[in-house]
Amino acid sequence: MAQSPSGTGWATQIHDGDLVLVLSQDWTEANFNAADLAATQALLAQGTWKSIRFDSTGIGPWGSSLLAFLSALRGLARLQHIRFDESGLPAPARQLIRLIPEVVPPMLTAQRRVGAIARLGQSVLDAWAEMLSTTSLLGQVLLRTCAALRGQARMRMADLWNGLSEAGVAALPVVALVNVLVGGIMAFVGAIELRRFGADIYIANLVGVAEVREMAPIMTAIVMSGRTGSAYAAEIATMQGTEELDALRVIGIGAEDYLVLPRVIALSFMMPMLNLYAAAIGIFGGFCVAIVMLHISAQTFLEQIGAAVSFGEVVLGIVKSIAFGAWIAIAACRIGLRAGRSSSDVGHAATTASVAGIVGVIVLDALFAVCANSLNI
Amino acid sequence: MTQQPASPKIRVRELSVGYGVEPVQKSVSFDVKAGSIFAIMGASGTGKSTILRAMIGLLRPSAGDICFDDVNYWSLSAAKREQGGRRFGMLFQGGALWSSMSAAQNVALPLQMFTKLTAASIDALVQVKLSLVGLDSGRDSMPSTLSGGMRQRVGLARALSLDPEILFLDEPSAGLDPISAKRFDDLICELRDGFGVTVVMVSHELPSLFGICDDGVFLDAKTKTAIGHGAPLSLRDHCRDPTVHAFMTRTIPGAENAKSAGAADGTG
Repeated sequence: MAQSPSGTGWATQIHDGDLVLVLSQDWTEANFNAADLAATQALLAQGTWKSIRFDSTGIGPWGSSLLAFLSALRGLARLQHIRFDESGLPAPARQLIRLIPEVVPPMLTAQRRVGAIARLGQSVLDAWAEMLSTTSLLGQVLLRTCAALRGQARMRMADLWNGLSEAGVAALPVVALVNVLVGGIMAFVGAIELRRFGADIYIANLVGVAEVREMAPIMTAIVMSGRTGSAYAAEIATMQGTEELDALRVIGIGAEDYLVLPRVIALSFMMPMLNLYAAAIGIFGGFCVAIVMLHISAQTFLEQIGAAVSFGEVVLGIVKSIAFGAWIAIAACRIGLRAGRSSSDVGHAATTASVAGIVGVIVLDALFAVCANSLNI
Repeated sequence: MTQQPASPKIRVRELSVGYGVEPVQKSVSFDVKAGSIFAIMGASGTGKSTILRAMIGLLRPSAGDICFDDVNYWSLSAAKREQGGRRFGMLFQGGALWSSMSAAQNVALPLQMFTKLTAASIDALVQVKLSLVGLDSGRDSMPSTLSGGMRQRVGLARALSLDPEILFLDEPSAGLDPISAKRFDDLICELRDGFGVTVVMVSHELPSLFGICDDGVFLDAKTKTAIGHGAPLSLRDHCRDPTVHAFMTRTIPGAENAKSAGAADGTG
C-alpha cells in the first residue's frame, strides 16, 4: 500500500499487518475535525488489519478531541473485529478512554409520528381539559372569596394589601398617561368631523359616553393585563420552578387560597377604581382638546357631558371593569399554575397571560355590548 | 504528573472579599499547585463560595491579588478577564443548567460560542464529554427530568466543554447519596489525572475532602480569615486549632472538654 492516509494530527504506518497511527502535534479542541473520523472509517474498511496500534511519542498537548477521535476509532475497530491496542497511547488518555463506554450507542431518537387527526383530537381534548380546570378555578375562587368574607380563607392580609397597592396606586401613572392620550385623540378625531356639521358641542357627548362606557374600561384592562397579569403569571410560574408551590401544598396551604385569592380580589377591587379614575382622566384629555381646538367654554362642556352620560352607563363601566379584573387575574394565575419548571416556561407564561388577558377582555366586552343593548343601557 | 516549576498555578495573596463594607473574609493567602485538587473548607456561611466567586471573576475582591500563572487576574481589563475565563470550568451548586436546553445543548453551547468547529465535530465532542461523566444515554433529556446527581454530572460535562485548565467546583457532592458522591469524587480524580486539570473545590463534605483533596485552606467565620493550610487529612491529624480540629473530626467545639468533665463527674 503506497499511499498512507493521514489527517489533522495523525498519519498512518503499517507494521506486520498492523495499522499504526502516529499521533503528532496538538490535539486541542480548536483543531478537531469530525471529518477525520470518516477518513479513518474508509481506512479501516479497506484493509484486513489484525490490530490498530498507536505511536504517541510525538504528541503535543491533547484534550477531549483526542478522546473523541479515539472512541470513534475504537467503535469502528470493534465493528470490523480489529483489535484495538491502546498501549501506545499516553497513560492519562488510556485512563480516560476507559471511562467512555466501549460501544457508543447510535443516537436513536425514538420520535413517535402522530397523525393530523390524532393531533387535532388531542388539541380539542387539551382545550376541553383546560376549560374545565379554568372553570373549576373560577368556581373555587368564588367559593373561597365567600370563605374569605367570613374570614376563613388561608390568605394573608399582607398579601392582599400588597396586591391592592401593586394593582392600584402603583398603576396610576401608566393608566393616566394612556387614558389622557386616548381621550385627547378621540376628541381630536371627533372635532375634525363634528366641526364640518357645526355640531361642535357634541364633542362632549362623544368623549363622555365613549370614555365611560368603553374606552376607560378597555384601555385600563389592556394596561393592567400587560402590567399586572403577566407579573402574576411570571411570579407563580417561578414559584413552580423553585418548588415553592409544592412546599405550600405540603403544609396544607392551597395555592388557590394563598396565591390566587388575594390577586383576584385585589385586581377585581382595584379595576373599577382605576376605571373611574381613567374615565375622569380621559374626559380631561378630551376637555383640553375641545377647549383648545373648538373653543368651547369649560362650563358648556361640563354641562353637556353631565346631560349626555347616564347613571346606567357609569354602572355598566364599573361592572365591566370588575369582570375584566377578575378575568385577567384568574387567567394569569391559572397560566402560572400550569406552567412548566424551566426559565423559558416563565417567559412563556408571562406572554400567554398578557395575551389571554387582552383577548379575553375584548371578548367579554363584546358580550357586555350585546347585553347592554338588550337592557337598553 | 509532569515536573512543575516552583511557581504555583494560582496564587492568592491578602485577599479580602465581601458584599458590603464589612468583609466576609480578609487577608486570605494560599497557593494552588498545578494538577492538585485544592479544597476551600470551612463551616457554612464562612465565605467559601464568595472566595470562589472572586476567583472566577464574578465578584471583585475589595483588596488583595489573585494570580493565575503569575498574571494578576483582577488587574486585567474586563475583556481580557473574560477571555482568560475560558480557561476555567465552573460547576455551580446543583448544576445551574440552562433549563430550556437539553443536556447535550448545555454542553454544546460553549463550544458553539467560542470555537469554529463544525456541527458534527461539536456533536462528537459533546458525546465524548457526556460519556466521560457517564451520561451518554441521557443527552436529549431536559434538566427538569434529570435527578440531582445526573444534573451535577451534566454540569461537570459543561464545565469541561472547553477543556479547561482549572476546574472550579462549588459543593460538588452536596445533595448526592454516598455512592453517587463517591463515584463523583472518583470521576473528579480521573479527570484530574487524565486531563491534568487543576481542581479547586469548595466543600464541607468530610469524606470527599479526605478522599480526594491533596491540599487546601480552612476558613474561619469568627476571625474571618484562613486559619489552616494543608491537605484535609493532615489538618485533621496535625492541626492544633480547636475549630479546625472540631470540623475535621465532626465534633462540637468545646464538647470534648465538657464530655471529659462530665465523665469525671460521673465517675466521681
